[in-house]
Amino acid sequence: MNGKLARAPENFLDPHQIAQVQAGRRGFLQAAFLSAAAGLAASTSARAAQGDPAILELPAHSKGLGQPVAARPYGMPSQYESNLQRRESPGLTRVGGASVSFAPLQGFFGIITPNGLHFERHHQGWWDIDPAQHRLMVNGLVKQAKVYTMEDLMRLPAVSRMHFIECGANTGMEWGNVAVPTVQYTHGMLSCCEFTGVPLSTLLDDCGFDRKNGKYVLAEGADGSGMTRTIAMERALDDAIVAWGMNGEMLRPENGYPLRLVVPGVQGVSWVKWLRRIEVGDQPWATKDETIHYVDLMPDGRHRQYTSIQECKSVITSPSGGQRLLDRGFYNVSGIAWSGRGRVKRVDVSFDGGRNWKTARLESPVLTKCLTRFNIDWVWDGGPAILQSRAIDETGYVQPQMRQLREVRGRRSVYHNNAIQSWKVAAGGEVSNVQVA
Amino acid sequence: MCKWLSAFLLAACIPAFAYEGIGRPATPDEVAAWDIDVRPDFKGLPAGSGSVKQGQKVWDDKCASCHGTFGESNEVFTPIVGGTTAEDIRTGRVKALLNPEIQRTTLMKVSTLSTLWDYVRRAMPWNAPKTLTVDEVYAVVAYMLNLGDILPDDFVLSNANMAQVQARLPNRNGMTRDHGLWDPKAKPDVAAVACMHDCVSEVRIASELPEHARGSHGNLAEQQRHWGATKASMAASRADGPTIARRSACMGCHAIEGRSVGPAFQEVAQRYRGRAEAPALLVDKVRHGGSGVWGTVPMPANPGLSEEDTRTVIAWILGEAK
Repeated sequence: MNGKLARAPENFLDPHQIAQVQAGRRGFLQAAFLSAAAGLAASTSARAAQGDPAILELPAHSKGLGQPVAARPYGMPSQYESNLQRRESPGLTRVGGASVSFAPLQGFFGIITPNGLHFERHHQGWWDIDPAQHRLMVNGLVKQAKVYTMEDLMRLPAVSRMHFIECGANTGMEWGNVAVPTVQYTHGMLSCCEFTGVPLSTLLDDCGFDRKNGKYVLAEGADGSGMTRTIAMERALDDAIVAWGMNGEMLRPENGYPLRLVVPGVQGVSWVKWLRRIEVGDQPWATKDETIHYVDLMPDGRHRQYTSIQECKSVITSPSGGQRLLDRGFYNVSGIAWSGRGRVKRVDVSFDGGRNWKTARLESPVLTKCLTRFNIDWVWDGGPAILQSRAIDETGYVQPQMRQLREVRGRRSVYHNNAIQSWKVAAGGEVSNVQVA
Repeated sequence: MCKWLSAFLLAACIPAFAYEGIGRPATPDEVAAWDIDVRPDFKGLPAGSGSVKQGQKVWDDKCASCHGTFGESNEVFTPIVGGTTAEDIRTGRVKALLNPEIQRTTLMKVSTLSTLWDYVRRAMPWNAPKTLTVDEVYAVVAYMLNLGDILPDDFVLSNANMAQVQARLPNRNGMTRDHGLWDPKAKPDVAAVACMHDCVSEVRIASELPEHARGSHGNLAEQQRHWGATKASMAASRADGPTIARRSACMGCHAIEGRSVGPAFQEVAQRYRGRAEAPALLVDKVRHGGSGVWGTVPMPANPGLSEEDTRTVIAWILGEAK
């Protein structure tokens, strides 16, 4: 060989042919290349018949050079995940600054909510506050009213804890009847993060709060609404956190950057964002969001005030409304359970609308006032089914049926609907939101 | 409390002011600048006054565009005024709260006058919160109560008479803390039992998404992953043949017009159109695969495509693929 020809792949030629080439028969070599090219074309067109093109035809990402490091200095989800977004429920509110966007629970795994998909609730719009200009004041029934900068707070002994946050109005649209189609809208005012911050008790101690008369604290936000909520001192000292960290990074602006209150087990409105002040007092404050909103109307015409605890609740996220089962056969039915009173002890799942129940597997970790992921095996026979989940917490409280809640609270209380959710699976595999009698 | 802790815990026992160099005392002016809250017992209420008449002027300038001239508007926010009666002022319980047909207004719900005052002071007007003077806040609160027939036209509200006006609030006796959702130790109001077998005799669907609400949340298919254990519901999104064909990779091998790997949809339509057995035959070929009709490349099976979707695609191919 004289080396002028491009090197042929060795396996185009058998040893006999190679011997011929080495004997200087150029004409043969050209013919061999032509026939090899033809063979390639023939095998390409035949490959669809032999298996999955995703395997047989190597894709560009296997045959080319990929992106370099730091091409996206702050990483983003895959382009194929763009369907999972926070969304508003049309018609629920009329002003974006006093509205809510729902987290796409249907697409989540495990228990942690990605920061960019954490649900939002603002009362007068959100701000991106310069942490260097942010201050926290503690005043009221304290020996010394104090002011802390972010630097001050971040020098204090910090804790990191995983907790769920649920709006008191989550599932509120479903009190009267089925109103929304998917789990994003039925349950999406719910998220769960690891929060990092200083225990509120540390700051109260640091200011020498009045242990005798200080029965309540008021938390106040720095936003236009000056959001204010009363928290009982017992809770404030128990596990409330003045937090800056959220899943390992700083809070997102929509979630209160640079500082928010975390009140585990209590509805989201008390987790005051852009936290600027804590006041110690001897009476609750009856603020707007404890007197005009976030009050639960009872059948006797009275409103329950200071309803705060998010009671034990669960929901199946896969399959859930708006999805469909592709075919009969095996499915891993998956969902989340939580309780504002402590740990989830057990989750049962029914596939027949609540007639019979089986206990699901709880995935670790199972933490107090935190989402817990559950899974259960199911073989769908292709027929109609109604899927439900029922959580039980460590206090023994059992998540109720919708009708049991309505017997006590009627249909107009708006808040704190922790009823068992039903998803109907139709014969064709369509999954939709229903309520059973 | 530290002194009775055991010795080995003493190191962890932190008295007040333990964090040297952290934080600083707040000045009285700083506290005054931020601590503007007013409690139901009127602690925190600054001295001042405002008349109904002055309130009307503030209202018309700064409030009516969102809340309506009479506080009745439901356009931007829920109504402030309406639904209260002279009888309610007497009893302190708003009777209309029992009527599901009546939309709840602010004046129907609010039980403490301090709440209105505090909120207007801290959060209103909507786009310029904390800009009203103390007297303007008194005036505008007086005007709202006047719109609700709680205060007369010539009333002047002030720190001196807030308690008297509180005694006229229509829903002042309408709140209860007698429930299990505030005190962590309180008893829940519903006690369900975790039955496991034969728990109900009949399962009846009592409520489904009303027909008129089915399209209200947009295209649900675009709000789900298109792959994974479950897929977006086609029915929910009312997906048509072309959408399913694209999404299910049919178009990888078939074009509408012109041969690619497999036959064009128009060729298929020409061959099968009008034949009664065609839809069932083609659905079977698509789902389970087939060969020998269009040359040597066989049609692979498509187990991921539901029967219903396949029928939709086939109907589209035979009918109107173009």
